[in-house]
Amino acid sequence: MRFVDEYRDADKARALAARIAALCEPGRAYKFMEVCGGHTHTIYKHGLEDYLPPAVTLVHGPGCPVCVIPMGRVDDAIHIAEQPGVIMTTFGDMMRVPGGRGSFLEAMARGADIRMVYSPLDALKIARENPDKQVVFMAIGFETTAPSTAMTILRAKAEGIGNFSVFCNHVTIIPAIKAILDSPDLRLDGFIGPGHVSTVIGCRPYGFIARDYGKPLVVAGFEPLDVLQSVYQNLVQLAEGRAAVENQYARVVPWDGNPKALAVINEVMELRPHFEWRGLGFISDSALRVTERYAAFDAERIFRIPGGRVADPQACQCGEVLKGVLKPWECKVFGTACTPETPIGTCMVSSEGACAAYYNFGRFSRDRVKEATRT
Amino acid sequence: MCLGIPGEIVEILSDHPDLAKVDVSGVRRAINIGLLEGEALAPGDWILIHVGFALSKIDEAEARSALDFLESIGQAYEDEIAALRESMIEQG
Amino acid sequence: MSERMVPVPGGGPPGRTTREDLGLEPIDRPRSSTGAEPGGVCAATRSSARAEPVQERGTARPSSREEKVLERIERARRRKARVREDLITLAHGAGGKATRTLIEAVFLEAFRNPLLEPLADGAVADGIAFTTDSYVVTPLFFPGGDIGDLAVNGTVNDLAMCGARPAHLSAAFILEEGFPVADLRRITASMAAAAREAGVAVVTGDTKVVQRGKADGCYITTAGVGTVDPAVRLSASAAEPGDAIIVSGPIGEHGVTVMLARGELDIEADLVSDTAPLNGLTARLLDACEPGAVRCLRDATRGGVATVVNEIAEASEVAVVLDEDAIPVRPAVRGACELLGIDPLYVACEGRMIAVVAQRSADAALAAMRAHPLGAGAAVIGRIAEDPPGLVLLRTAFGGTRIVDVLVGDPLPRIC
Repeated sequence: MRFVDEYRDADKARALAARIAALCEPGRAYKFMEVCGGHTHTIYKHGLEDYLPPAVTLVHGPGCPVCVIPMGRVDDAIHIAEQPGVIMTTFGDMMRVPGGRGSFLEAMARGADIRMVYSPLDALKIARENPDKQVVFMAIGFETTAPSTAMTILRAKAEGIGNFSVFCNHVTIIPAIKAILDSPDLRLDGFIGPGHVSTVIGCRPYGFIARDYGKPLVVAGFEPLDVLQSVYQNLVQLAEGRAAVENQYARVVPWDGNPKALAVINEVMELRPHFEWRGLGFISDSALRVTERYAAFDAERIFRIPGGRVADPQACQCGEVLKGVLKPWECKVFGTACTPETPIGTCMVSSEGACAAYYNFGRFSRDRVKEATRT
Repeated sequence: MCLGIPGEIVEILSDHPDLAKVDVSGVRRAINIGLLEGEALAPGDWILIHVGFALSKIDEAEARSALDFLESIGQAYEDEIAALRESMIEQG
Repeated sequence: MSERMVPVPGGGPPGRTTREDLGLEPIDRPRSSTGAEPGGVCAATRSSARAEPVQERGTARPSSREEKVLERIERARRRKARVREDLITLAHGAGGKATRTLIEAVFLEAFRNPLLEPLADGAVADGIAFTTDSYVVTPLFFPGGDIGDLAVNGTVNDLAMCGARPAHLSAAFILEEGFPVADLRRITASMAAAAREAGVAVVTGDTKVVQRGKADGCYITTAGVGTVDPAVRLSASAAEPGDAIIVSGPIGEHGVTVMLARGELDIEADLVSDTAPLNGLTARLLDACEPGAVRCLRDATRGGVATVVNEIAEASEVAVVLDEDAIPVRPAVRGACELLGIDPLYVACEGRMIAVVAQRSADAALAAMRAHPLGAGAAVIGRIAEDPPGLVLLRTAFGGTRIVDVLVGDPLPRIC
């Protein structure tokens, strides 16, 4: 596959790994956070940590939009789905996410009509085909996904489709990064920046990270060489005593992002004053809702939403894991009470969550795995 | 967090100018290109696909230069290894 | 789980997050964690062998805190299965962990006996192999096949995986009121054709009709019997370190074809299901290998190759080491999987099998399979290793390593 296989070359990885090892100062440990769950997935799927020297640790950040949805919002979505005459639609990612009273899959077992879609436009299509039903799309995702939802609402309005609405759970990445940077117990040397969010917002919004916090950030692609190269670029900056925003993923990410995508978000959505993130708590200006102008497509205005809050379980240490203070395996419930089948915390919920990725792909000492796979 | 896949535009649908038929490794789907307003898109162009929408046009020149950088690192590494081997042979 | 319900009108308080907001206790790092988990009942057969720390295998390196935690997890993984849900969900039918849990906790509990306990594709007693399977598929007709040939091939294959020569099948139909007779004729015609190809006869059957809305058109259950050569002893627990793992052809075609044929994803691809009877191929393979060299045959249906090799690793208490580069996947399957964010290793096949063969016969096995039309794309995709027992490891094409676990439920398309 083009623009994929070229960035999965083991020879180039070995060369890059040698450069990375050479850049590490003896005796110094480096921690870089990959903000985005997609990067976490790449790291585990390809076994990328095998190329990193012991001095370099990758910390898995909060950038999994499924994981950060608080349980109360899942319950609200299930409440909507269980109203008579409603077809709930969402991405496959959401199906197993547990709320306070189970997941979508369990709600389906109780009789709710919940359908998986590949695109919000598919949800609109279901609305067109079922004029006697209320079709609700549970929208999740960062700025990457928000424009698609906004475009779908614009399309619904243009076509005059009256039985389609969006339960909007879009979140924004910058306040989450800021919340992490502001937490007192955090030690990070730099960031691997979220590539696909940046196709929309561009690279400028990260400026404060370099300027005010003195940390490098390298916007990175999602193939393993992309991630490895962004570790390298972070280390080069540290070695040169710089902190800057760099774009490793220029083949896809324009420095200024996608102005049309930002415009459609601004047309249809506005910032919520505050939104609860699973594992991180309330963060100001960190999520989007549908504006008054598009109220007819806003499920939160159409349906009576219980709006209950379900506290994160006591034993769960997701907050610490998300901030990189704890490794997934250091959490008290990791792998025993909290597993991919029975997730307690946000990080175990989606396959991109830090804990789920570690459980599925990384769980086991790397030395032992390497020993076993030696030819 | 967001699965984005590169695909090649096969055709711009004439009855739906905001839709393009896109090929991913022999698999085809209609993708909404409404977010790439202002980009000149034509068959043969590559785009990044996310949830049925094209988010960005892939810049082949940038892709090339990134690969060149990786090649150069690889080449420098090969040279060093070769030099190291030679020096070891001389020492031996 | 004790959760506090805190109704917060209008969303909740803004401002800084406190530890209490996060619902966190002070960090209490895991201690030695070698003690038994509360309520943890280990699966009796192999927990003791697996819980051994690494150093007792002769490695001098002391066990790190991480390793202790990981061992605790391995023990937790082997606890007795328990169904937590009150209702059956779709995940229980997906062939992954949820299915396994349901089978062990409900069916095995109720029916436990020595022939059932290995939970193999079929049971073998007195030289007779016996198996049954139900078929539900949407859509009923898809490129490369339909529910009819699936129902014949699936049961033929389950017999073939026992090392049996399939002989007779039964076929039971549950039909929905209003189902077109023409469709039923089409289905039975393809069943007849599949039976001819496999050299079996449908010798008995049953028909039920349920009210409209109580079934999805047509469900078929087939059962089959076949004879097993006494010299052939196949078992998922027979794999030994050094054995080769062979797949009979490119993986994931059936699953992707059916997923796309549903039309909901609006994705087009030139793919057809791989549904086929494998008894000819298995006969050829068993003939070509030294007696006892073929340890285990499994068709990679629900849950895909990843699930099958996990079952072998667990049953044989060995490690499976796969080579990503060696696993055959057609470009269109790969493309569809990339687009949907799923891993072809977990996608179902209906005409592909995994063979575990002793190293001494591996070349002969591969040659024999490649000489058969249904094994033309066969490849050695990995080998059995001793350690770590029960795990499947993958050497990635990128040159790294990772674990390949069993999925909880279906591989769901994802956006993130």
